[in-house]
Amino acid sequence: MTHDPMADIRASFFVECEELLESLQDALSVMADHLEGDGTQDTETINVVFRAVHSIKGGAGAFGLTALVSFAHRFETVMDELRCGRLVVDHEAMKLFFQAADMLADHVRLARNDATGSPPGSETLLLAVEALMGERAPEVEEEVEFAPMGLSFDLALPDLEDLSDTAEAGDAGRGWTVHLRPRDGLYASGNEPFHLLRALADLGTARVTCDLSALPGIEDLQPESACLGWIVQLTGEIEETDIRAVFDFVEDVAEITIAETPEQAGLEALPFLEPEPEPNVVPTGPTAGPPPEPAPFVSAAPISPVTPTLTLLPGASLPAAPAGVTPQEAPTETRADSPAERPAAQPAQTAQAPAEAVAATVRVDLDRIDRLVNLVGELVINQAMLAQSVTEAGLPANSAVMNGLEAFMMLTRDIQDSVMMIRAQPVKPLFQRMARIVREASAAVGKEVRLRSEGEGTEVDKTVIERLADPLTHMIRNAVDHGLETPDRRREAGKPEEGVVTLSAQHRSGRVVIEVADDGAGIDRPRVREIAIRKGLVPPDTVLSDAEIDNLLFLPGFSTATQISALSGRGVGMDVVKQAIGALGGRIAITSERGRGTRFSISLPLTLAVLDGMVVRVAGETLVIPLSSIVETATLAAEDIRSLGPETNVIHIRGGFVPLFDLGTELGYRGPKSSYEGGIVLLTAQEDGSRAALVVDEILEQRQVVIKGLQHGYGNIPGVAAATILGDGQIALILDPGDLVENATGRTRTADPLLALAG
Amino acid sequence: MSLTILAVDDSRTIRDMLKLALTDAGFTLHLAEDGVHGLEVLAGIAPDAIISDINMPRLDGFGFIEAVRGQDRHRGTPILVLTTESAPELKARARAAGATGWIVKPFDPPKLVKALQMVAG
Amino acid sequence: MIETRSQSSTEVELLSFRLAEQEYSVDIMSVREIRGWTRATPLPHSPPFMRGVINLRGTVLPVIDLASRLGMPPVEGDARNVIIVVHAGGQSVGLLVDAVSDILALPRTALQPPPELAADLAHSFVQALTIVDGRMIRVLDLSAVLPTYQTEAA
Repeated sequence: MTHDPMADIRASFFVECEELLESLQDALSVMADHLEGDGTQDTETINVVFRAVHSIKGGAGAFGLTALVSFAHRFETVMDELRCGRLVVDHEAMKLFFQAADMLADHVRLARNDATGSPPGSETLLLAVEALMGERAPEVEEEVEFAPMGLSFDLALPDLEDLSDTAEAGDAGRGWTVHLRPRDGLYASGNEPFHLLRALADLGTARVTCDLSALPGIEDLQPESACLGWIVQLTGEIEETDIRAVFDFVEDVAEITIAETPEQAGLEALPFLEPEPEPNVVPTGPTAGPPPEPAPFVSAAPISPVTPTLTLLPGASLPAAPAGVTPQEAPTETRADSPAERPAAQPAQTAQAPAEAVAATVRVDLDRIDRLVNLVGELVINQAMLAQSVTEAGLPANSAVMNGLEAFMMLTRDIQDSVMMIRAQPVKPLFQRMARIVREASAAVGKEVRLRSEGEGTEVDKTVIERLADPLTHMIRNAVDHGLETPDRRREAGKPEEGVVTLSAQHRSGRVVIEVADDGAGIDRPRVREIAIRKGLVPPDTVLSDAEIDNLLFLPGFSTATQISALSGRGVGMDVVKQAIGALGGRIAITSERGRGTRFSISLPLTLAVLDGMVVRVAGETLVIPLSSIVETATLAAEDIRSLGPETNVIHIRGGFVPLFDLGTELGYRGPKSSYEGGIVLLTAQEDGSRAALVVDEILEQRQVVIKGLQHGYGNIPGVAAATILGDGQIALILDPGDLVENATGRTRTADPLLALAG
Repeated sequence: MSLTILAVDDSRTIRDMLKLALTDAGFTLHLAEDGVHGLEVLAGIAPDAIISDINMPRLDGFGFIEAVRGQDRHRGTPILVLTTESAPELKARARAAGATGWIVKPFDPPKLVKALQMVAG
Repeated sequence: MIETRSQSSTEVELLSFRLAEQEYSVDIMSVREIRGWTRATPLPHSPPFMRGVINLRGTVLPVIDLASRLGMPPVEGDARNVIIVVHAGGQSVGLLVDAVSDILALPRTALQPPPELAADLAHSFVQALTIVDGRMIRVLDLSAVLPTYQTEAA
């Protein structure tokens, strides 16, 4: 299977984009908070904003994502203005920044799905954002290429003599004379003349000589200043641009002259070298070499040659003289003596903030994690079975085996907890998505709304987070649309015009609690009751408590919208939300105070791989009922049981009537019992608020069970969600009470055949 | 010839691409995520050349290069700046800090390799 | 545990077993293991040949009463019976049979297609016949025996 590494990097890039978009949101939120506060902005926060957009642009460019690059570039330009302090950050600007960040996320999403083009409204938004910069028109970025020429690597020795090729008569091509005189900055920047000379030599046939004209006397020699130059005579199929390209990195730190020499000029004709007028330029003392004759510096006129050799006195050191120095030493020696033009900045600038402990992370395929979760589940099961066998073997409680087993069980439990939490992720990205929903929703209905979030770091199983997105979106939209009053009404009520929606998450007694609250008008209970009656959801004369009225909102088909606003009227009701939460093994509750606001509270299991269940026995079979659906358990007294139809019963409990179901019958284990007096029932609540009483023979225990999926190709079994393996190795089916009740017959009585005949 | 390179960039994508391009060319590559991290990694290796991004958290490219140049053994180590911006002021500032050369992102892997070979020998 | 061995294309290895006085076999490549009988937890409202599920080292394994599946009277199910765990089409299933007989190595040429006998339900599950020591052995088509799967979401 061919493996494309670029595809991997591309995938990884989009993961990185998510992280960058998240940090962009965070930083913008901080800026918004500061705006509310004392109005001053913090430079590091702004830098984070800039870098996020900048990095997305950088990576996107590598994959040719032109629409994304183009948007990111213009956005980045505005952020650069911000960074330089040339933009005023006010309410209007913050709004535009948030919108631009959202639009950037949309661009990323399109790019990830291989779509070309931009999301709608992109250009309009960009123009609005750019308008913040005032009359400054966005600059057109010039692409200035600085790519250096290619090199070959055949040369091993840095000896200048070796760089000069012996010219053959009739060399084709053009002749060039190149004069390189580095300034101090060339060495200070880590450039190495030898490499440049070698690059030149590679262009064609070359002869290199050293220009000593600027060499001062020994006593004036500054070890780190540049005073050497080189003259290179080149012949070959060479363009001036080729030569210029070699000097790409050093144009600003050297004097470079390139002159085309007439073809007849042989290699003997070297230009005369005249340095700029400098004091003490003429070498004195025992340094060999003829003194240079004064003549114009840049000229192609034939001049007497300068011999390239130089004898060094002991103790004298020449800067950057590669002649006769071995390759390995040249770099280090050169650099050790290399003139550092004492760069203006101070060395070893310490980091501004104390080094934060960056949490090390590993990226893992989800498949691997799922497999690990499965294996750990099986480990727990097998270990429970072992414990059972050991107990049955009758070993004394203090024996080494029992103690060892005890330790083993605790260890297994720890491993299981750790593994379960691997799939847990903070809810922050989800909450940030909700922040965007709030922005869009409030804009759509013309209300000023702010989202406050708490407990963003709370960790929840990844699958749970994904399946929470839709229900939360609906609730947020409802809060903005229905929960919060219009600005006018809020003003009348003495509330600040800006409404607040609070989204919070926390761990509480082994579950995750997520709450959506608004500071709006609260539930209009009389109206809710009236609508419910009108829609036939409750009989007209029923007396309902406040809590019961609130729960009417969860009934299917319920909607209090008198007008279809931009958000509602899509047919999404709280019943769908409640179902979705139920499918996750969770529960949702609602509380509301008139005039103060409404709060929805969702309670979810920490992970989908285990379940808190009640283990029961029915007709000799062991079953598990999810605890989250059990309201209470009861023992039936004769007077509680009332007949309904010829074969069905209801029980009277808590002032209401609840249908009775015999699990043994529903699951096909046995027929209805002759009497249910004294029987044990589990009272369950379904998503739609209706309740049921399930008859079991015996309640064994409450415990956490590992959920094993059922694979069987013969269709779904109504009422059975999954299976688990108990300590004794036996398989127990895990029931789905809601599903079971929906498909149930309700037979808890055998109809009297005589009565039936009588009609 | 196998060069040892230190590359410093806060973008994981860019680090991945540098790794791909340079290890393909037979270089030994060390990576760091920002200027501070770069200095930490640098302390333990002897690279033939350094590649650095400009915009990074904690310590940006300019600060990093200045810090590197401030170390005696690295006064002449070739440092290439890798960035999306090519404005002259930025080049001048990088030069002032001690940068050897400049590569614009998105980079072309062969050109990057040649640039490194050119400055590192 | 049966090791899975790679086979040459000219030979085939079969695991033969007895079911209701007849001999059947499956390609050994699809056999994962052989277990003694354990009581299966019944699945409500399932077809009669589905005996239920058993615990296979922590996995929930469905068990098919092979006799019932082939249209014959169901196996009683006691300690003398054997469950052959097979894997085919991406699923694992246990086949409840009377007893395992032998492992046979045969050239493929020894396998003949079964004659057309529409009246016999078992026919549609048999992909070949062969004679060994004068006994007729039916080679099962596992893909016909096994169900088409849907994974139950937890």
